[in-house]
Amino acid sequence: MSKNEPQITPELIAAHGLKPEEYNHILELIGREPTFTEFGIFSAMWNEHCSYKSSKKWLRTLPTKGPRVLQGPGENAGVVDIDDGQAVVFKMESHNHPSYIEPYQGAATGVGGILRDVFTMGARPIAAMNSLRFGVPEHERTRHVVSGVVAGVGGYGNSFGVPTVGGEVNFHASYNGNCLVNAFAAGLADSDKIFLSEAKGVGMPVVYLGAKTGRDGVGGATMASAEFDDDSEEKRPTVQVGDPFSEKRLMEATLELMKTGAVIAIQDMGAAGLTCSAVEMGAKGNLGIDLDLDKVPNREENMTPYEMMLSESQERMLMVLHPEKREAAEAVFRKWELDFAECGMTTDTLRFRIFHQGEMVADLPIKELGDEAPEYDRPWVETPKAAKLDNATVEAPKDLLESLVAMVGCKNLSSRRWVWEQYDTMIQGNTKQRPGGDAGVIRVDGGTKGLAFTVDVTPRYCKADPFEGGKQAVAEAWRNLNAVGAEPLATTDNLNFGNPEKPEIMGQFVGCIKGVGAACEALDMPIVSGNVSLYNETSGEAILPTPAIGAVGLLPDVMVSVGNGFVAEGDAILLVGGHGSEMGQSSYLSELCGREEGAPPPVDLAVEKKHGTFVREAIRAGEINAAHDISDGGLGVAVAEMAIRTGLGCTIELPSKDTHIAFYAEDQARYLITCDKDGVEALIAKAKAAGVPLEQIGSVAGEKLTVAGQGSVDVSKLATAHESWFPAYMAQ
Amino acid sequence: MKTAILVFPGTNREHDMAAAVRSVSGKDPMMVWHAETEIPQADLIILPGGFSYGDYLRSGAIAARSPIVADLLEKAKQGVRILGVCNGFQILTETGILPGALMRNAGLTFICKETKLRIERDDTIFTSSYKKGQVMRCPVAHHDGNFFADDDTLKMLEDDGRVLFRYCDAAGQATPEANINGSRNNIAGIMNARGTILGMMPHPENLIEDLHGGLDGRGLFESLLEKVA
Repeated sequence: MSKNEPQITPELIAAHGLKPEEYNHILELIGREPTFTEFGIFSAMWNEHCSYKSSKKWLRTLPTKGPRVLQGPGENAGVVDIDDGQAVVFKMESHNHPSYIEPYQGAATGVGGILRDVFTMGARPIAAMNSLRFGVPEHERTRHVVSGVVAGVGGYGNSFGVPTVGGEVNFHASYNGNCLVNAFAAGLADSDKIFLSEAKGVGMPVVYLGAKTGRDGVGGATMASAEFDDDSEEKRPTVQVGDPFSEKRLMEATLELMKTGAVIAIQDMGAAGLTCSAVEMGAKGNLGIDLDLDKVPNREENMTPYEMMLSESQERMLMVLHPEKREAAEAVFRKWELDFAECGMTTDTLRFRIFHQGEMVADLPIKELGDEAPEYDRPWVETPKAAKLDNATVEAPKDLLESLVAMVGCKNLSSRRWVWEQYDTMIQGNTKQRPGGDAGVIRVDGGTKGLAFTVDVTPRYCKADPFEGGKQAVAEAWRNLNAVGAEPLATTDNLNFGNPEKPEIMGQFVGCIKGVGAACEALDMPIVSGNVSLYNETSGEAILPTPAIGAVGLLPDVMVSVGNGFVAEGDAILLVGGHGSEMGQSSYLSELCGREEGAPPPVDLAVEKKHGTFVREAIRAGEINAAHDISDGGLGVAVAEMAIRTGLGCTIELPSKDTHIAFYAEDQARYLITCDKDGVEALIAKAKAAGVPLEQIGSVAGEKLTVAGQGSVDVSKLATAHESWFPAYMAQ
Repeated sequence: MKTAILVFPGTNREHDMAAAVRSVSGKDPMMVWHAETEIPQADLIILPGGFSYGDYLRSGAIAARSPIVADLLEKAKQGVRILGVCNGFQILTETGILPGALMRNAGLTFICKETKLRIERDDTIFTSSYKKGQVMRCPVAHHDGNFFADDDTLKMLEDDGRVLFRYCDAAGQATPEANINGSRNNIAGIMNARGTILGMMPHPENLIEDLHGGLDGRGLFESLLEKVA
């Protein structure tokens, strides 16, 4: 044990996010007091962020298998077969805590981390999305966080060179002190050339690649596993700094290296850096790892073993290589001007041993650090069911069309153009549908196939009823994919919740997982990867439960797809799924009435499946011209968005009694579609045969949006309201 | 047409550019790494978009000191056709091959959107497939596209008819509102005095097929193919 090391006191244990009983477990496990470096390694591996100790029990209940799933959860990203020997590799991951403290770098490195997860598997990234949640606009910090996060997401992804094709941005008071930044990335690989993290073979060289190790991010994963308090600003040094230029080179070098056949196992250095990557490779392969820290390229002088093992410097990789291909491998990295250092070796000891200046500073059992880390069955209580809202309490607006202007121009339903025009949406030349559609669509390079991407969740619903809310998040993703004609394949989940040590929060988590699982099962969209972010609380206040669902769909022909804007004058507008009446937790209620009340709309998964399949098949048969799912803001906002997209107006007819309910209800499993007026009869007959409610509610015409008996509004007025909110807010 | 595309560390639109060349000419371009000292014999040299050297220091500044640039300067002198798009334009100004500089966008944010460009001349090897005064759609994706030149240089560019593209509205007017990044005189693209080298910020290579929602960018490549082949 080295001199001058800090004494391990109860305070130090607490500061490292370990409970006293967890520390006692360490003492039992190794039969002595750990060195300071060992202590740091345990704190890094056993924190919530890396160990999933509170969530593992429940994550195991999710459906993760399917005929197309080539790799489920547990690797850097999930892998799904998309025919022709190709696979899509994807995952979503949070970077919430760092993004609140230092918005630009927090968000940038979040994007960097998820891109690295994807190319570590051997896939070239082809699409990105992000799910962002901020505090209310009037909160003093919101504008700063929004501007920094958006610039950071763009700054990294644009430079790296991946198109951002979708995402969501929402504002709610529960995120005032704890924003959410969930980044999604997908890549393309040959399905027989997927690279995994499991080390194989004893005496194989462990090689460090990429950027140098600095002191940035030391203790980042531990920070991400704690609640925020008033001193969180002081945690700024734990935020990493991103360098997309290094990442781009790291990707090119990694993909080039993989072609040489030199790579046995590969793991990117993300949370808990060198520690986590080495332990995962060894533990998965049932091998020990020896690391010599004197060989690790350092950016700063006099770094201690503790700092090197816990650094979260970005753009780094660890690989186990075939020794005979070492030279070819090194040449690739030299070409890209990146560090290449053989710094360790696999062993048959099942120990994780660290050497520094001739001294052994850590000697730990590798399995217990990694896949046999502690696991908890946290107590939880079921969230009490909210009573269904009495629609009699929902007042009709004075003027329905004026209320529509307010709805499409409100903070949560207005256009996100200000955000996505800061992202490169067309690089790589394969983008078919940019942000603003129901789902982003890209062509699979070199062919005619397409992939569709969406990310969805309605946290208000999840708070009121975690089970139904969890189902709804998956159902909305399902709808968005079908609405562009894509067959939903699989999902990735990013589960953002408060403190799991509180039984009510754990109850939200359990409820949402059960809902997500039920929906993924029923809709044949297995979860292939994901991430859990807990302790999203500030001064004891938890965020809304936010299980963001990223989903991927396949189009056999990318050109056989539709958008969500009206296409031609005279087209018929049809409603799939009938008129609704569910106003509980609706956008109308929260945005215009200031009430977050009632039970969310229930989700009938069998009906979702039937309706979604009908829409997809109609698109593929060329029978419809446009499709839009009905979600936030109900039919009214959906029809307004379809008009705004292309500037074409319409006239629609609604039930004359409680028109505002039909206009704004958020009943699920519904879509608006348009078709040639000659095609209406056949389409309705087809729907009837399939048991899908379908009725014509109007036609595309003129430059006004008219609701029979209620009046009209210029589409240009709706468009101005829709496009104005974000730029006006950010200009203040 | 033999085309060489120069690739620097951080270049990221080389595949888009190669796809456009392939789509129009039917031939694969050569990809040339920045560390080479000679560009293979080619009728057209393209510097594609991206963030060479991370845009660190100044966009294009470090790439302009790459080994390959000595030969680029030589080929420019010989009159080989050169097209620089986005970061490629920035590199051409940093090497001094084209005048002016590309500063941070006036709005200070990255902009990715479709713009409209007015074709200022149709008698050049780059624009012969368009009509003078025609308005073309063309996407942009940049953070540093704000074209600046001093008054004398600007006057020279205008007087010599070296401005080929200007940001404009749907009616073809080069209005301040249409000037997305604050460029002087709404300039989106300029050429050298001999008319052999073009630098432009917008990305014609991203609007060349139905998938992209339009074909407006093809004209540039078709012009080059016809004149250079």
